[in-house]
Amino acid sequence: MTTTADQVGHLHTPPEIGGIGHSVRRHEDDRFIQGAGNYVDDIELPGMLHMAILRSPVAHAKILSIDTSEATALEGVVAVVTGELMAEHNLAWMPTLSGDTQAVLATDKVRFQGQEVAAVIATHPYIARDALGLIFVDYEELPAITSPQQAMADGAVLIRDDKEGQADNLAYEWESGDKDVTDRAFAEADKIVSLETHYPRSHPSPLETCGAVADVDPASGQVTIYMTSQAPHAHRTVFALVAGLPEQNIRIISPDIGGGFGNKVPVYPGYVIATAASLLIGKPVKWVESRTENLISTGFARDYHMKGELALNSEGRILALRTEILSDQGAFFADAQPTKFKAGLFHIVTGSYDYPAAHVVARGAYTNKAPGGVAYRCSFRVTEASYMIERLVQNAAYDIGMDPAEFRALNFIKPEQFPYHSPTGFVYDSGDYETAMRKALGIVDYEALRKEQAEARAEGRLIGIGMASFTEVVGAGNSKDYDILGLKMFDSAELRVHPTGKAILKLGVKSQGQGHETTFAQIVAEELGIPAGDIKVLEGDTDNTPYGLGTYASRSTPVAGAATAMISRTLREKARKIAAHLLEASADDLDWEPGKFFVKGSPEQSVTIQDVAFAAYTNPPPDEQPGLEGVHYYDPPNMTYPFGTYVVVVEVDAETGEWNVDRMIAVDDCGVRINPMIVDGQIMGGLTEGFAAATNQFITFDDEGNCIGSNFMDYLVPTAWETPRFELDETVTPSPHHPIGAKGVGESATVGSPAAYVNAVIDALAHLGVRNIDMPLLPDRVWSAIQNATG
Amino acid sequence: MYPPAFNYSAPTSVEEVLATLAKEGEGARVLAGGQSLIPMMKLRLASPSYLVDINDVDGLDYITDVNGHVAIGALVRHNDIVKSELIGSTNHAMTDAAPWIADPIVRNRGTVCGSIAHCDPEGDWNSVMLAARAEVVAQSAAGERVIPIDDFIVDFFTNSLEPGEIVKEVRVPKYTGRGGGAYVKLERKIGDYATVGVATQLELGDDGKIAKAGIAMTAVNSKNTRAAAAEQVLVGETPSDELFREAGNAAAQASEPETNVRGTEEWKREVVSVYTRRGLETALAQAQAQA
Repeated sequence: MTTTADQVGHLHTPPEIGGIGHSVRRHEDDRFIQGAGNYVDDIELPGMLHMAILRSPVAHAKILSIDTSEATALEGVVAVVTGELMAEHNLAWMPTLSGDTQAVLATDKVRFQGQEVAAVIATHPYIARDALGLIFVDYEELPAITSPQQAMADGAVLIRDDKEGQADNLAYEWESGDKDVTDRAFAEADKIVSLETHYPRSHPSPLETCGAVADVDPASGQVTIYMTSQAPHAHRTVFALVAGLPEQNIRIISPDIGGGFGNKVPVYPGYVIATAASLLIGKPVKWVESRTENLISTGFARDYHMKGELALNSEGRILALRTEILSDQGAFFADAQPTKFKAGLFHIVTGSYDYPAAHVVARGAYTNKAPGGVAYRCSFRVTEASYMIERLVQNAAYDIGMDPAEFRALNFIKPEQFPYHSPTGFVYDSGDYETAMRKALGIVDYEALRKEQAEARAEGRLIGIGMASFTEVVGAGNSKDYDILGLKMFDSAELRVHPTGKAILKLGVKSQGQGHETTFAQIVAEELGIPAGDIKVLEGDTDNTPYGLGTYASRSTPVAGAATAMISRTLREKARKIAAHLLEASADDLDWEPGKFFVKGSPEQSVTIQDVAFAAYTNPPPDEQPGLEGVHYYDPPNMTYPFGTYVVVVEVDAETGEWNVDRMIAVDDCGVRINPMIVDGQIMGGLTEGFAAATNQFITFDDEGNCIGSNFMDYLVPTAWETPRFELDETVTPSPHHPIGAKGVGESATVGSPAAYVNAVIDALAHLGVRNIDMPLLPDRVWSAIQNATG
Repeated sequence: MYPPAFNYSAPTSVEEVLATLAKEGEGARVLAGGQSLIPMMKLRLASPSYLVDINDVDGLDYITDVNGHVAIGALVRHNDIVKSELIGSTNHAMTDAAPWIADPIVRNRGTVCGSIAHCDPEGDWNSVMLAARAEVVAQSAAGERVIPIDDFIVDFFTNSLEPGEIVKEVRVPKYTGRGGGAYVKLERKIGDYATVGVATQLELGDDGKIAKAGIAMTAVNSKNTRAAAAEQVLVGETPSDELFREAGNAAAQASEPETNVRGTEEWKREVVSVYTRRGLETALAQAQAQA
């Protein structure tokens, strides 16, 4: 199990095998770059009908009546579905991934703008949309609650009057760490540094919106649902539980998925309505939402109002951290997160630093906004945590007069302290934070840059150098602590080597663009010596893949990747016995090099893995079962803890508050890199999303609860044009418990980079006394901070 | 994104276009680049009963040098302005603004005249046209009329075309002396409408004093608006930092921005002031560079 040092930066396989460390070109790109992908909206079935959803125009209102008669009468309309009809089948409400309930179609009230009110099933998508305009709903408007502070105020109107025993708008309350020990540390502190900031509501906005084609066969009862799902197996189980359908008759197929970023983890009302409609009508029903529907109604992310404090001693050592969170949950508590942890893994907020005490209090409030709280390219609220601690640490350095880099170095967990037990209960598996930070500072020539900054300030120019030395926790779970709706967070791999030495690998996870078809083939190539190009990776069909919890929270490589390595090793051991049989030698006398077994000391006496595969079907040893296949379910012993340091250099226009990124350096340590090219792509994508969050990207609401950010004119997704150039580098600290030492990297940059960008702008203004600007750092906010500065 | 049903034809002559518009009445709209109209239809914010597509009409994509002005035909795309040497040598503000219009895909399809006719207060071209004192040529079955841009822009998404009229061309006057111009735009990302935009144009007399000045603002009023007081600050004066600052302040005073998701009213006024000054500095440098 243990990764040895020689795996670091050392290739075990030649390029023609393409194992770990090779930048193999992505197998899946052959079809994607030809426009030959197969997405949900590409699915066409005979007799298929089309569904469109009528959504609430108001944020909070009683539904007095719904008149569907004109819509029903429109030629081409097959059915109009309302909450009343769904209620007759006990499907008006469904469970969320956080154990709350969510309306499928509203029956009593609408609780956010964009909520599902009715659905039209028609012969043509245009007719379905035309009919939406012929449904007349009588609303009695109620006051809209648009902030968690407002929700928690005395006398606030009750949003969830549907829930028995719910007397206020509190969605959850949760804490972590030791309050008494933390308070004592604060009492003894020489200095306390505090920060109050908001991580705004954002949206994963995958390019492919959500959708489904539900196909219920009335004769057999077979339910096939083509669905934009990051977690098809878990969704099948949810469908079985919600609809009471026999699970063996439910088949979820996630075809190619055009980006997920956490948005395709929840079960959405549209999936349920389309399935119910297909069941009632007996024909396939397609539902694909528009961009606006995706932005206003599906899983948002973040929206954490955070207060944090660090207790310091006079030497600049951190003694303790305490934080208080108020999260804006929207109308239904629908965070996609492990059951035990109501604020996700936010309690990783102690970060990369060594101190004995921390206390986290988190509360969530219902508001009249869309539900969600999904982990947008993030391991369950790690982004908010990393942002909080990295902002606090930077401010602490200013307030005690230390350089922010040296302050970090002083407080880092040291390499010899791993495995490190954090004050909120995590066991960090490995890390070497200072090496990564020094590398990043070296690339940017930090000392020279600080001089340049001082000279520029003398000329009235504002240059800022920001950094973040983040630690993530990814790869849930272990089954003891991590489950979703009771389903333990393991994952699985099934590997079948065919007689000609080609293989098929089936996984319980589901790629949405991460490159699984290449990366996982490379793991098999590494372990079994079969060329990566000879291995087909199959995911996303619940009838044809082993059970798994899906792809999110950077868990595919830590969990399914481990399962893949383990089943490959199991098959290699069987292959060794077959090879011994072929070579008429003892299995113990054989040595392995990728792709072949040979007799120790006699390399000319060898058989290839392809020879062995053929023999498994044509000439198996008498005491072995024929064939070469198996399945492995992997329950990780711990999470993995990727880390790194990002450094951003900005220049701020003092007159207008506009700012530009001059340099962005990212040194990432995700352990062993399976496909360095794909890792670089993942990091650049995350750095872009961090840039978006820091500069422009948020969803906000007016006082009536109207969503501002309902299309790509208002919700801004950066393109290559405005995105800074990234300078990437790495250190490699293998995970000690992962079979190949890998850690998961898809989310590091989204998690780590927002604080680096923001810290850079704050650094440019720090001498003026500026310590906080809420994201996004719109130029007017930066300009106001300069205007109001006291320094 | 499914628009409501509509009828459509693509005539090949201006006469046919005008006849179709007359016949189909108020529900008919001209489709040129379609970069505003089509998205509005897909969002069901506009539901014309009839689209008259003018893209098959020959001879409307001209940029020609006429006495004293440059004529830009109804089918000239934004990107044609980016590439036009004639515009590059006769109107710096247009050349400056063109690459800021939306994104490359929109610029390849969207038309200058369509954008001018749309009168979106966040659109860029009308500020440039105001600064240049352009004229719009409207044509109907009854004939042509020439409308000064100040009269053409009526309000928020409202122009002064009569029913049955189309914009056939826009005429941009050439500098009569040493001239220069600039368009300074604050946008949130590529493809965004302006948060604030300022078009400036200057012409210098032989004495080095400012003979003509044009300043107009985008997205800070209910329509693209000329900063007339700021222009008056400049005319007849010798250019200086102080003078440009004063003009910037006058422009800011003429702006009536709203606080919204893009920023506060106070900040937008400040940006108008700063951008006016910066635009004038650029325009002056260009004018002075001419012999």
